[in-house]
Amino acid sequence: MTAPRIALIGNPNAGKSTLFNALTGGTARTGNYAGTTVDRHVGQLTIDGTAMEVLDVPGTWSLAARSPEERIAIDIAVGLGQHEPPALLVVVLDAPRVMRSLYVTLQLLDLKVPVVCALNLADEARQDGVMPDVDALAHALGVPVIATVARTGEGLQALRDAIGKALRDPASVTPGAVHDWTPALVADADALVPHLPARLRAVATDPARARALALWMLLSVDDDDALPDADVPTAEIARIRAAAKAARRDLQGEIIGHRYAWIDARANQFVPVGGPRGAPLADKIDRVLLHPLWGSLAFLAVMGLVFTSLFSWSDPLIGLIEALFARIGGLVAGGFEVAVASAPLGGVTAILGDLVVNGIIGGVGSVLVFIPQIGLLFFFLALLEDSGYLARAAQLMDRILRLAGLPGRAFVPLISGYACAVPAIMATRTMPRARDRLLTMAVLPLTSCSARLPVYGLMIGALYPALIPGTSIPARPVALFGMYVMSTFVTLLAALVLGRLVVPDVAAPDLIELPPYRLPHWQTVGRMVYARVADFVREAGGTILKATVVLWFLLSFPRYTPEQVLPPDVIAQAQVDGTDLTSAARGAAIERSFAGRIGHVVEPAIRPLGFDWRIGVGLVGAFAAREVFVSTMGVVYGLGDDVDDSSATLRDRLRGERTSDGQPRYTPLVATSLMVFFAFAFQCLSTLAVLRREAGGWRWAGFIVAYMTVLAWTASFAVYQGGLLLGFK
Amino acid sequence: MTFNGGAVTLDQLENGKAGNIASVAGEGPFRRRLLELGLVPGTLVERIGQAPFGDPLTFRVRRAVLCLRRAEAALVQLATAPAAV
Repeated sequence: MTAPRIALIGNPNAGKSTLFNALTGGTARTGNYAGTTVDRHVGQLTIDGTAMEVLDVPGTWSLAARSPEERIAIDIAVGLGQHEPPALLVVVLDAPRVMRSLYVTLQLLDLKVPVVCALNLADEARQDGVMPDVDALAHALGVPVIATVARTGEGLQALRDAIGKALRDPASVTPGAVHDWTPALVADADALVPHLPARLRAVATDPARARALALWMLLSVDDDDALPDADVPTAEIARIRAAAKAARRDLQGEIIGHRYAWIDARANQFVPVGGPRGAPLADKIDRVLLHPLWGSLAFLAVMGLVFTSLFSWSDPLIGLIEALFARIGGLVAGGFEVAVASAPLGGVTAILGDLVVNGIIGGVGSVLVFIPQIGLLFFFLALLEDSGYLARAAQLMDRILRLAGLPGRAFVPLISGYACAVPAIMATRTMPRARDRLLTMAVLPLTSCSARLPVYGLMIGALYPALIPGTSIPARPVALFGMYVMSTFVTLLAALVLGRLVVPDVAAPDLIELPPYRLPHWQTVGRMVYARVADFVREAGGTILKATVVLWFLLSFPRYTPEQVLPPDVIAQAQVDGTDLTSAARGAAIERSFAGRIGHVVEPAIRPLGFDWRIGVGLVGAFAAREVFVSTMGVVYGLGDDVDDSSATLRDRLRGERTSDGQPRYTPLVATSLMVFFAFAFQCLSTLAVLRREAGGWRWAGFIVAYMTVLAWTASFAVYQGGLLLGFK
Repeated sequence: MTFNGGAVTLDQLENGKAGNIASVAGEGPFRRRLLELGLVPGTLVERIGQAPFGDPLTFRVRRAVLCLRRAEAALVQLATAPAAV
């Protein structure tokens, strides 16, 4: 027998996830619901020796079908599609705002599945003087109600006992008729029942459940819902709706109003009369944090802190990881050198050593180097989410981001994208709607991440004049600033366009609830940071490692000795002078490597952008991370890979390069075209690995790569060819 | 002076003022979502603030704080006299 499954379900902000963590301890596994990008959390719980699985259902206000999140809630509640019928629903009620939790509770009770209610946040309700009457609720709902405080563990034992008892005797917690529908609604429901899709009929064993499912379809299924079931009786639903309309009836108002009438009629039984209208403490804080001026300043300060942490605080940690891996690589390389000298198969050992040092150790390093930023971002995100501020930040930014068709919640991921797209894409998980997540992910790689900075630095530093010609305005800072402005503008523009064309919004008010302020729960914060970092290493780490090895292979093979790639007279001269030819030989070898051949092959495609094959090789290297472009160019020009964007030798070399007709090869126009290309092109394999993971497959990731490649090529083409036409060089 | 400062729809309600819902206009998912959130006729709604740039607006309904965009709030008609709360 498989372990029974229980599902935690309820409003957002009712402390459902904290309750889930408290019940399941550290056993939770996170994944996605099949075919969606909705987070799926499953954990283990053992009560009286019986092991069970606990599923944390996405928070929902009602059982509608407008979004995958809401859709999953009803599928789980009745066991549709991929979901097993749950042995028990644990409905989490928001004690301080219980009158609003009751709507979805009634919807669930109507489905006649076994239910136990957890009245969570009881401490907050008591503090505000609005603690509901547990017995009155249990009596009216006809199912057990347990007061809980998930953070402190209060009531958890009683909840476990109630769950254990409910599983032993499900009939005792299967709700009866909580309320009676009006005769008119009963007639509507009964008219639809025979037309219910087969999969709904299969679970509608109880006539009352069949009626509830029919009313759910009449109320909650819209013509433009993307339901996976092809057999929704659209015609019959439309007929019943039209008949009701013709009779001047308001079906929505009747069904929803009926439930709220039941709730409101019992308000005085359930909650103490005369409690405060709001949450007194939250109101005081909100007077500052939602104030148009002070609130905006506080918001800028908080976001500044988050951004600084990603951009600057993570630096020493990243440096430490890089130094550590360089040191390990150096030690291992030393070991291999000894082996090469003594082993009969020195050549093979040398290649193996190169693979281990530059491919594998370097690859592992390039995975782990993301951990400081991911950890820091999720530390702040968990803190902001858990304290209740994230929803307020979303509300403050809503008006501005809506101009780009994005919700206010997209702000934190977008600002994080300026540091690095990898943690930023993972941060889209704080956005409740899948459509918004996909759209934000699609434009995030366009934000000007910190890895582009060395490329901009090299191009502007080497090829731009110090002053804008004819003025005394410094050209370089202006150019750099311009790149950031352009990146921001194009990111928002892309969101607007893709939001219209690719992921059209479903018509539903995008509602933000402002939860009360709460002290962050450190265990929840810690668990979130750990879960995200572990998730990244496990799910994206392998892809990044493999990609690094492939890139190492492309840039290092076939292998050549200096004698094979350098003219004999150069070698003879070097032997006389004692010159070290290692860098020169590497530069000559990389032209003949696979990456060099790719550079030559793509040259016709990038020539209209002003790039030659050398830049093509640099672009191959840039797939590992954009800043690798700089060191790859260093290798191509025989300067070795120990160069950075402020390296005078590399800058001089780029400036001094001449084409066969004696013209400078790299001009300010080429630099501009290249920077535009880097601004828009999808070049980062780590981002690709994370996108594939977060967007739930290669299709969406592939689309993003494709549109960005087209955008980058077109924009660079326009800049370079337009610049030539205008007479720039 | 009328109970809610003369506001006819929720978006016209002044900061700090409250009104009772008379009806919710619109149709389809928009209207259903507003009703399901408890914005049913007879419910007391208090406006408590607004975001910078004047949108969205912040309301207190059933002890919870909700942000509604002006366009959405305009769908909610207010009663001209207070109902029993």
